[in-house]
Amino acid sequence: MRKHNFGYFFHEGLSNMFSHGFMSFAAIGITVACLLIMGTFTLVAVNADALLKSLESENEILAYVDDSYSEADAKAMQTQLEAISNVTSATYISKADAMKSFQEQYPDETMFENLDPTIFRDRYAIHISDLGKTQETVAKISAVPGIVKVNAYEEISNGFITVRNVATVVCVALILVLFVVSVFIISNTIKLTTFDRREEIAIMRMVGATNGFIRWPFVYEGFMLGLLGAVIAFFLQWALYSAVSRGVATNDTLQLIRIVDFRTLWGSVAATFAAAGIVIGVGGSLSAIRRFLQV
Amino acid sequence: MIRLKDVEMEYENGTKAINGISLNIDDGEFVFLVGPSGSGKSTIIKLLTGEVIPSSGRIMVNGFAVSTITSRKLPMMLRTLGVIFQDFRLIEKKTVYDNLSFVMRAVDASPKEIRQRIPYVLQLVGLEKKAKSYPDELSGGEQQRVAIARALVNNPTTIIADEPTGNLDPVGSSAMMEPTGNLDPDRSLEIMRLLVKINALGTTVVVVTHEKNLVDRIGKRVVSIDQGKIISDQIGGYVGGSIHA
Repeated sequence: MRKHNFGYFFHEGLSNMFSHGFMSFAAIGITVACLLIMGTFTLVAVNADALLKSLESENEILAYVDDSYSEADAKAMQTQLEAISNVTSATYISKADAMKSFQEQYPDETMFENLDPTIFRDRYAIHISDLGKTQETVAKISAVPGIVKVNAYEEISNGFITVRNVATVVCVALILVLFVVSVFIISNTIKLTTFDRREEIAIMRMVGATNGFIRWPFVYEGFMLGLLGAVIAFFLQWALYSAVSRGVATNDTLQLIRIVDFRTLWGSVAATFAAAGIVIGVGGSLSAIRRFLQV
Repeated sequence: MIRLKDVEMEYENGTKAINGISLNIDDGEFVFLVGPSGSGKSTIIKLLTGEVIPSSGRIMVNGFAVSTITSRKLPMMLRTLGVIFQDFRLIEKKTVYDNLSFVMRAVDASPKEIRQRIPYVLQLVGLEKKAKSYPDELSGGEQQRVAIARALVNNPTTIIADEPTGNLDPVGSSAMMEPTGNLDPDRSLEIMRLLVKINALGTTVVVVTHEKNLVDRIGKRVVSIDQGKIISDQIGGYVGGSIHA
């Protein structure tokens, strides 16, 4: 394609877009709706994932050491615990440290002031990298000689894992369905344009225009429809996300959930929307013009 | 240069449109293809432009074997042809200038080439002052001249005109037949003279027509077709009875 044809193709594509205003509006509308739904579910999955990662870094598994073990024996277990796959760190906490930590949690409670450290056990605070493997890791920790009890808050992590997995599955399913719907609508919009311009296309073919030359204005039209849909969807997504973030931040119950700041996500969201919009638009155009050019 | 060798054409519905035609048209020739409706004239045009493929036989057009041409090479072959239709086929929403510029763009002409070529072609067909007009602002004769300009604008080797005067005011044509001897050029004759002028500049011209008077007046080579066969091929006007539309 020659450089001087870019302007011509762009002009023709734009002119096609405006000549079927209603269908173009419908095509842009459906693209916006699809991207918005896809984006919303993706962002839910992203936030669930971020929460999981936060839990992974903060969630401790406590492994209690047998009372019969001396402090030296208990400390010697650290290497064994850290060798377990999925364990990122195992920090030894002595009876005295455990008592101190316990007392710090209740600074105003006088009845805990003179406790005997021997009522506590030596323990390890263990962090793991993948919460999905908590159960399996707990079993391995329990199997270490000298570990008598392991406390892990699996219910919370399992809840977040479920949210993330459901959001991911719904997201993938919706993306597939909505992608096909968007391509179909854009394809029909372009088909209207090709039908309107069939005489022009016939003349172009008759004078020796290549299929590529005939195809480009329609590809540009699809490109512009998709991109415009992506831009509108991006700003709507931004507004929606900000509104939900504010709602969560001001809600007493939901305050514990930390929403990922949109400023850290906007680049990825914009790029994904633009790419998806362009793929939908250009895909729709090519599907519409393909059969027409075979005639 | 056009060569047809033992060409036969049978449509899918079983209609045998061309029945063993062999025909040579050399570069720079002016040839009329005449014959009654259903004689196979239009099928010959379709065969020459690659719109249909012959059932058997060989067709060469300006160095391209059209009977076996690939879809990739077809546009290159079509660039050597300029086709004029009976119904003009102009784009109504484009000006005369834009009707010509878009076919130049279609073959990758640069803006500079377009700016230089269109005024020349419009002058050749006598429409230099109509560049900004829309087709519906022009008479039938003027619209056909725009169609001729469009066929010429990419500087083809061969012009193929399919009933170029078929949509023009028939009054003028019948006036020529009157015994009054009125020889004033009418629109049809104007168009035909324009094609002769283009031929004089070196372009091969093939005209499909059923207008006996025009054929006789121009006095060029006439190939008569009937029932898919060539029944006469001679110079100097139609001979052999009436031509049916």
